[in-house]
Amino acid sequence: MSEFEPSILCFACNWCSYAAADIAGTSRIHYPPNVRLLRVMCSGMVDAEYVMKALEAGFDGVMVAGCHIGDCHYISGNIKAQEMVTRLKKLLHILGLEDERLMLKWIATSEGPIFAETIKEYVEQLKKLGPSPFRKELVT
Amino acid sequence: MGGNITAEALDRDERRIGVYICHCGLNIADTVDVEAVANYAGTLNSVAVARDYRFMCSDPGQDLIKNDIKELNLNRVVVASCSPRMHEPTFRKACEAASLNPYLFEMANIREDCSWVHDDREVATQKAKALVRAAVARVYYNDPLEIKEIPFNPDTLVVGGGIAGIQAALEIADSEHKVYLVERDPSIGGHMIQLDKTFPTLDCSQCILTPKMAAVGAHPYIELLSYSEVEEVSGFVGAFKVKVRKKARYVDEDKCTGCGLCQEKCPWTADSEYDVGLSKRKAIYTPFAQAIPNVPVIDRDSCAYFLKGKCRACEKFCETGAIDFEQVDQFIELEVGAIILATGYDAFDPSTISQYGYGIYDNVITGLQFERLSAATGPTGGEIRLKDGRKPESVAIIHCVGSRDQNYHEYCSRVCCMYGLKVAHIVKDKTNADVYEMYIDMRCFGEGYEEFYKRVSEEGVNFIRGKVAKVTDKAVSEEEEGKLVVICEDTLLGSIIRVPVDMVVLCIALEARSDAEEVARKFIISRRADGFFLERHVKLDPVATPSDGVLIAGCCQGPKDIPDTVVQASAAAARVLAMISKGRVTLEASVSHVNEDLCIGCGRCEELCEFHAPKVGIYEKPMPVSRVNEALCKGCGACAVACPTGAISIKHFKPEQILAMVDALAET
Repeated sequence: MSEFEPSILCFACNWCSYAAADIAGTSRIHYPPNVRLLRVMCSGMVDAEYVMKALEAGFDGVMVAGCHIGDCHYISGNIKAQEMVTRLKKLLHILGLEDERLMLKWIATSEGPIFAETIKEYVEQLKKLGPSPFRKELVT
Repeated sequence: MGGNITAEALDRDERRIGVYICHCGLNIADTVDVEAVANYAGTLNSVAVARDYRFMCSDPGQDLIKNDIKELNLNRVVVASCSPRMHEPTFRKACEAASLNPYLFEMANIREDCSWVHDDREVATQKAKALVRAAVARVYYNDPLEIKEIPFNPDTLVVGGGIAGIQAALEIADSEHKVYLVERDPSIGGHMIQLDKTFPTLDCSQCILTPKMAAVGAHPYIELLSYSEVEEVSGFVGAFKVKVRKKARYVDEDKCTGCGLCQEKCPWTADSEYDVGLSKRKAIYTPFAQAIPNVPVIDRDSCAYFLKGKCRACEKFCETGAIDFEQVDQFIELEVGAIILATGYDAFDPSTISQYGYGIYDNVITGLQFERLSAATGPTGGEIRLKDGRKPESVAIIHCVGSRDQNYHEYCSRVCCMYGLKVAHIVKDKTNADVYEMYIDMRCFGEGYEEFYKRVSEEGVNFIRGKVAKVTDKAVSEEEEGKLVVICEDTLLGSIIRVPVDMVVLCIALEARSDAEEVARKFIISRRADGFFLERHVKLDPVATPSDGVLIAGCCQGPKDIPDTVVQASAAAARVLAMISKGRVTLEASVSHVNEDLCIGCGRCEELCEFHAPKVGIYEKPMPVSRVNEALCKGCGACAVACPTGAISIKHFKPEQILAMVDALAET
């Protein structure tokens, strides 16, 4: 059997993390293809419903990536994202999902290499954790 | 070019999506099988046409879209190419040109997010398909959005009165548009007014700057707010609101004649900021003779009246009664269309590199202090003197102090090689001392710079290639007695050398202002890892920032010399003049929208909105509901997440759009 390849959905803030991914691209810093980026205007725009939907749809991990605290383009959107993630993690725990299935990360525009490194590390982390119990092939 | 028009798609439903996969030359096509992606896109729901093309951003590429919109009645378009941060505006315009609302366009980033970061062709092609699938799924739910315009306020705020701010302010004001120039110090002039001569022409810095300063002071279209700081910024491009704190000078600007008697009579002193601590100034002072405005300020921290409650000598001698100890800070509200930040740099504090002895040995000075020693307006009247008044017989100039050093700043400060050479020339000229330049690399890149390097080399300056390890007064030979010994590796000789000198000049780095973080936050712009303000695009848009209407000029964007600063300031001014000339500004269309049938008027949106966009009130319905002021809304989406009834959504980022993407991306 081939090695388990986790799938990751990353909600990326247009102003920082998405731009950081662009810089990783421009600088040709390779990272695992396991991640799918979904651009949002602000990490604070990410509704808990979106994360739940992603997990339900079978992603092994969901990442919410925003600007460092204090750097939010909309002043405090990232703080709201942080509150959402903290609340949602408690719920995921009740559902029996591991803490690592949802990750919050601050990545600034200039941090292209950090974006790539974050994805690498998250893939490794999820490999250790194994497939999500909501993966389609495990559910049906 | 591959094409794939599915006939049955023509009458499947009302959505008719065109999908275009860009090769980007080989940038995408090398790693992604673009033809396979286009063929796959053609099979997706509601896709009427899917094509691949070498350069979608080229005119023929855009024409492809325009023609298909017209001929195939497309009502949605997806382009899979580079980052939307790069070409989304290009393709939106192309759609608009073919009478398709630009918000019915969607982009899939298969270059930065795919072909450039993966190398397995099969995996990259799979990923590109998923990204295209998601864009198609999203665009299905896109709505046409109304694009609204408001008038552009032609008044401009320039923050910072150094050469960058002065240049930008004058260029705009000369076109007879109002400029507010806010400067935090008592006078404009910035670092440039402290310099003696400017490389490579050796122009007198003050001689070329003071006419511009005087022009600012007298300009009918410039309102100079000196000794003032920006407190708050709100609004948006075209209609910013700015609150400025005009700090109490304790001198009435209208009454003061600038006679200077108060400064003569004041018995209290403090270190002169202008002379970088090499001289004293009074507690009531104008920083230098040509200050604009020529109105002194009282420094509360050194004034005896403020410290001990008595003195008031200045008040006694002031003939016009301009001294006002009761003055308080004033707040001024400004309305402007655009803002230019020209807040400059801080000089690196070399005392943090203790081995260079700054702050320990009297005759280790910074480049900026050397400027003051050398300037006719400085503490020695332009004589190069050691602390004890002797003429130096030998001078070492240490390059890259705080620059190109992983422990401090990794970047090159760009001006130090040249000012180091200038210092060498002036020392030679004025004292004929032996001069040693200790450098890592000589970087003399500008107009006339290499020639100046050659000229200084021929003046008998000793160039030693190597990084200085230490400056010490511990002599190990008779020759070193009473001297400062510079210990350095000469990398060309391959040996450690000891150079005894009388004076050491440190070519200190230019660094981001210590309060750059706070300023960036105030104006909602970003900073680079090195602390300087981040430009919108490092090559193609080094003047703008991610915040529309907020421009940057000069060293606040990164270290640069005077010519580059002037160029950037003029560019920023040109940008503002272009906006003024257009006279209107397009509002963000992707804003919050309240479904009043679902809204219960709870006010959570109003509570959390940082921009005061939603307001709960009684409008057409008898019950209170929330309404959003679209001019204030930035479309961040926080209210939509917080709304307990799901009444609020963000146009162009509706839940169905996001959820459709999540589903499409999850598919394998």
